Amino acid sequence: MNKIISKEYLSEKVVRFEVEAPLIARSRKAGHFVIVRVGKKGERVPYTIASADTKKGTITLVVQRVGKSSEKLCSLEPGEYITDMVGPLGKATHIENFGTVVCAGGGVGVAPMLPIIEAMKNAGNRVISVLAARTKELIILEEQVRQFSDEVVIMTDDGSYGEKGLVTDGVEKVIQREKVDLCVTIGPAIMMKFVSKLTGKYNVPTVASLNTIMVDGTGMCGACRVTVDGKTKFVCIDGPEFDAHKVDFDEMLMRLKAYN
Amino acid sequence: MNEYLKAERSVAWREELRKSMKNKDRTAITRVEMPEVDPSIRSHNYDEVNLGLTEEMAVTESHRCLDCVDPTCISGCPVEINIPKFIKNIERGEYLEAAKTLKETSALPAVCGRVCPQERQCENSCFYTQKLNKVPVAIGHLERFAADYERKSGNISIPEIASPNGKKVAVVGSGPAGLAFAGDMAKLGYDVTVFEALHELGGVLRYGIPEFRLPNDIVDVEIDGLSKMGVKFETNIIVGKTISQEDLKKAGFKGIFVGSGAGLPNFMNIPGENLIGIMSCNEYLTRVNLMGAGDPESDTPVYMGKKVAVIGGGNTAMDAVRTARRLGAERAVIVYRRSEAEMPARIEEIKHAKEEGIEFYTLHNPLRYEGDERGRVQKMLLQRMELGEPDQSGRRRPVPIEGATDWMDVDEVIVSVGVSPNPLIPQTFTGLEVTSWGTIVVNNDTMQTADDLIYAGGDIVRGGATVILAMGDGRKAAKSMHEHLSK
Repeated sequence: MNKIISKEYLSEKVVRFEVEAPLIARSRKAGHFVIVRVGKKGERVPYTIASADTKKGTITLVVQRVGKSSEKLCSLEPGEYITDMVGPLGKATHIENFGTVVCAGGGVGVAPMLPIIEAMKNAGNRVISVLAARTKELIILEEQVRQFSDEVVIMTDDGSYGEKGLVTDGVEKVIQREKVDLCVTIGPAIMMKFVSKLTGKYNVPTVASLNTIMVDGTGMCGACRVTVDGKTKFVCIDGPEFDAHKVDFDEMLMRLKAYN
Repeated sequence: MNEYLKAERSVAWREELRKSMKNKDRTAITRVEMPEVDPSIRSHNYDEVNLGLTEEMAVTESHRCLDCVDPTCISGCPVEINIPKFIKNIERGEYLEAAKTLKETSALPAVCGRVCPQERQCENSCFYTQKLNKVPVAIGHLERFAADYERKSGNISIPEIASPNGKKVAVVGSGPAGLAFAGDMAKLGYDVTVFEALHELGGVLRYGIPEFRLPNDIVDVEIDGLSKMGVKFETNIIVGKTISQEDLKKAGFKGIFVGSGAGLPNFMNIPGENLIGIMSCNEYLTRVNLMGAGDPESDTPVYMGKKVAVIGGGNTAMDAVRTARRLGAERAVIVYRRSEAEMPARIEEIKHAKEEGIEFYTLHNPLRYEGDERGRVQKMLLQRMELGEPDQSGRRRPVPIEGATDWMDVDEVIVSVGVSPNPLIPQTFTGLEVTSWGTIVVNNDTMQTADDLIYAGGDIVRGGATVILAMGDGRKAAKSMHEHLSK
């Protein structure tokens, strides 16, 4: 049982929770995720940890209301408890001074990107963050991202904020303008697929953080398997981050629809 | 041990029982048959298939046991239950005493009475099997009877606990190895904490074995018994991730037992294996057993195929295929590359599966899968096999028959071709020796790892075995850790 300390709407469908989890707060690193279950009949669902406060013993999760399980989670109020939460899971992001790093986050993917942006900046990288969403209201965490970025590019599909265009348009502009040593992308699978395609064209090494269907999150079930470089990998223990150019995104997109 | 067995055997009531009936009359009794739910009914529900012996049946069966001078059955039991003592207690009507006898050495008697392969262990070492060439005493059925009797009576005995010795020990994983270890250490007066990664306790007893073979409330009662003995349980804690090896040391744990299990499913790496509708047996059984998928109230979905194939011939494959049947499969098929004689599953499971209308495609092996435009599996190509020369395991090797392939229509495939050790502990602990298979190396006599304060047992050491072997490891580890910590 993990107590919800605070709750804030980042947009109409995106909620930020601060949750009591002292052990996880202490041991988590950028890139790690947790598995959350709400209610005795609830499903086990993975969420990437957006940030942690070791002093308060809390972690932050950013949740988009998209289905039954996220609806249940988003219906919880401060003072209420999440039935089960376990983590930190997965491998932490590989952080080093690469040089110039482009962090391309789409929609709610900006939340798990935030700790990576912070860690990359602290490691001495020049960090250019590209945030993308359908429309202005869906751009989240801009202020926090700015804090650790040398430059922030905002892209909206409808041009209501920043520049009009897709995340790939923003990334391509940067690549054409200067040398990029690494691209990190987190967002909807379809977005990561196209970011990967684009950076592949320019030979920019790219890491994607995959969010597949999971049950246990500890390697036990294999529901999360993806094909990377022709081999089957488990996102929960081999990932969640992989060399995006080697990920079979079409297979991943197909498998995400297993229960739709 | 032998002195203890002799002393127990020579108590007055045992002597009297032996005299009360001639061996000739005992061996003339026909072995009891376990009552079962009718296959046409049970293949549509999750109720336990085996109903358990009636009191009358159990007493009659207990008369078959000859209370041998040299009870070879005991050496066939990985946890060395005093088998004649508990059976003779049933014969004299002291069922609660029989249950207490079980608990002297077994932390989970109601579980073992249901899922142990007794036909390969105690019953295979029974005097009837060894010397008389007759069917053995139904030790497993009697074990279950005694454990169930105690549970239903409400007079659940708590084993005697030594006074607390103030030493803390940690257990990683609440499966059969960890529970057996925890029970023995609690009896010895240790302060035991069991850490479980999942949200429920029991490990494979919970997520793996289906309710129709091992009801969850049986597991609950056994775990509750351990809690009453003072064992503490912490769910949602992954040792190595949530808390580290160092954290455990800092928290004052003097010894660690690792029973983290074989939680990594094997796939065959053949074309199309990642199509939708193809999954590991672990995924399938976890969704159904742990998450309650299949119950309309549960948020967790599961595929409910009409044409389901399960690849493999072990107990887990039988569990999966029989679960598929219960979830509405019109056709549920076992596909196994060898013949039925080589199947690792228990004979009882194969029999039950057949009674429930499961088809057996032995000597077949999948080559590839094909799906529809949405990526859902539609059919699989099977290679027909024949048996060649025996391999290293002594079983005849399956060899493909060239050109002999068949297509089978399927809408769900469950891959049950073995599991590998869970990598979390080997990856996050230092000081352990790990094999290329990912199993932890231990001294087979003591279960001690390369780090003398860490012990391990069960599937993380064996790579995929049985509940009772895991429990045997847990007991052995408890005994040697106790000796080590008492120095």
